[in-house]
Amino acid sequence: MELVAEHLGKRFGTVEALADVSFGAAAGEVLGLLGPNGAGKSTAVGIIAGLVRPDRGSVRIGGDAIGTDAAPAKRRIGLVPQEIALFDELPARMNLRFFGALYGLSGRVLAARVAEALDLVQLSERAGDLPREFSGGMRRRLNIAAALLHQPRLLLLDEPTVGVDPQSRNAIFGTIQALADAGRTVLYTTHYMEEVERLCRRVVVIDHGRVLADDTLEGLMARAPTASRLILSLDASPGPAALAELAALPGVTGTEAVGGELVVLAGDLGAATPRVLECLAARGIRCQALHSRRPNLEDAFLALTGRTLRDA
Amino acid sequence: MNPNLVAFRALVYRDVATFLRDRRALAVSLLTPIAIAAFFGFVFGGSGDRDTGIAKMPVGIVDLDRSAMSAALVADLAKDAALEVEVVTEPVARDKVKAGKLRAALVLPAGFGAGASRALFGVTDKPDLQLLYDPSQSLVKPVLEGLVTQHVMQNVTRDLFSAGGSTAVTDDMLARLRTADGIAPDTRSDLISLLQSARRVQSRPPPPGGAQGTGGLTVPFTLKSESVTSGPHYNAYAHSFAGMSVQFILFMGIDAGVGLLLMRELGVWRRLRAAPVSRAVLLGSRIVGTATIAMLILAFVYLVAMTVFSVRISGSVAGFAAVAVAFALLAATTGLMIAALGRSVPATRGLSVLVVLMLVMLGGAWVPTFVFPEWLQHVSAFAPTRWAVDGLDAMTWRGLPASAAVKPVALLLLWSAGFLAIALWRFDWDSD
Repeated sequence: MELVAEHLGKRFGTVEALADVSFGAAAGEVLGLLGPNGAGKSTAVGIIAGLVRPDRGSVRIGGDAIGTDAAPAKRRIGLVPQEIALFDELPARMNLRFFGALYGLSGRVLAARVAEALDLVQLSERAGDLPREFSGGMRRRLNIAAALLHQPRLLLLDEPTVGVDPQSRNAIFGTIQALADAGRTVLYTTHYMEEVERLCRRVVVIDHGRVLADDTLEGLMARAPTASRLILSLDASPGPAALAELAALPGVTGTEAVGGELVVLAGDLGAATPRVLECLAARGIRCQALHSRRPNLEDAFLALTGRTLRDA
Repeated sequence: MNPNLVAFRALVYRDVATFLRDRRALAVSLLTPIAIAAFFGFVFGGSGDRDTGIAKMPVGIVDLDRSAMSAALVADLAKDAALEVEVVTEPVARDKVKAGKLRAALVLPAGFGAGASRALFGVTDKPDLQLLYDPSQSLVKPVLEGLVTQHVMQNVTRDLFSAGGSTAVTDDMLARLRTADGIAPDTRSDLISLLQSARRVQSRPPPPGGAQGTGGLTVPFTLKSESVTSGPHYNAYAHSFAGMSVQFILFMGIDAGVGLLLMRELGVWRRLRAAPVSRAVLLGSRIVGTATIAMLILAFVYLVAMTVFSVRISGSVAGFAAVAVAFALLAATTGLMIAALGRSVPATRGLSVLVVLMLVMLGGAWVPTFVFPEWLQHVSAFAPTRWAVDGLDAMTWRGLPASAAVKPVALLLLWSAGFLAIALWRFDWDSD
């Protein structure tokens, strides 16, 4: 394992941010770290980055412990904070030169790494411009580039796509995938389930300072309710009697009226959908539109934590 | 190159480069102290190369006596280089003093001339001279009292000891002297003899052309003033440039401290701490970066002061450099302390500007500390700014040797060490 976090515990005054958190990530793996606000994600990332000293437990990067501020193991980490942590008064290239120098890079090596990073995040043509003149997506990409100069083996990405347009988000995904393909380990923290589903093969879910699940994406999805959802927009609201009749149909496991919509849970949508429509038509209710949704990570997260990520 | 050294150099370079690239901050830091120092220097006497002239005090005189003596007194006061005399009525005098158009007004009562002469030897009551003055011009009162005393004494004695003087007053004085109580017989006899001699002089015809026989009693000396400094001459700009440099460099120190707080808010500090650099490198580079900027400002401001305002480092150049370095370190550690103690950017900026303004005023950056009340001068010795200004003054217009810089430098370094200790003690490393 490239990253090994074992039994991490941290208390801030009376608040126990981390009770007992352990997980690991292999080289070339993109590991998703999910959890509601206050779950302990930031504390865990802070400990891994060497910013927060844990009360208990340890972190090893490539076998070496993260210890003091100047620990050599920190050279193996690249941190991309959630904030755009750049100097707006300095051009993009100077920003990167500065962050490269923090890791001891200088001269031709630094110049080459800066050019390489700018190229990777597709900002070479804007290297002389100030970050404040960039779009939100470009600033995010530069924020990532600043963490890549010293070629870290472990990349910590904390909500790297907040406020980013779809085009830039795709560019960021491409960059992350390229880094993983090159053997880098990526710890990816986000609120967007679809990002985790797209990027991560394995996900760690934490809440209240504890690991609730550490599994592959498929394994997590298996924890979600098995039923798919059929969502119908109707011209009239079905009464309690109609809902009860719908729930009693073969293959239907539950019904729910949400807003102006009817949600029907069913194991086999193909078989259940005609029966549901016939039942509604018999009661004089016409369906104006319908769509279906298979169980996803959001459902798994809800099942595990009792909360949705966006609520959190 | 050692990676720590590379990181240290990058951190210092970033601080300096950021300062130089922010045109607005650069202009405020460089041009504002020059503009204000030039103004204060001009107001307090300029470079000393020119005769700026002493502003005359406008005073009013109300002559209710209308005697030859009072006329002579008014004429003498009008000739005084320190006064601009206007003869007015009493109501006008009161109105003009009240309005601040006259600093003071002197009321010569009826019978003043004769009364003053008779009272010369203390045998009759003295006439009352009334001085109306503007209470906001407290220095005018003692100056005017001195000048009036001088001119009245001169006029009274001139009349007494000059040919053609007023014998009637002398006769009256002789009569009163003969009957006055409380004078020893010998003294009475000698004074009568003196007045009889004076009367004989008065009885003689005045010299042709109306020239006076004597000038009366005058101040028996001529005061020759010489400014004493080790330098070529006093240059008021030298002090004002020292004061304004100190003030604006401290402001820059605050900005550096607030900048660190801002870095925390923006997450940049988190990123810096994630790098493999020690706390010593992070804070040490901050001190060196801020101190470098402070010295750049000081160098530029004094360059302008020397080339445009004739300020000279008349004392030790090495001493000047030592004071500059010590003060630059003070500004840097002040910023670090502010960053350690501050919680939010707006609150910290407001409070620290207030503290710096108090420190610079207490330190004599605006007006020299010697005009402070004595107790405040003692208090100002505890302000580090006092030693920065004193140190720069000592090496510029006072023209003192390097040894005179030792105490200011030592105290500035002591304060810097104290501020650094507080910063290290209170700096919250674990929060972002």
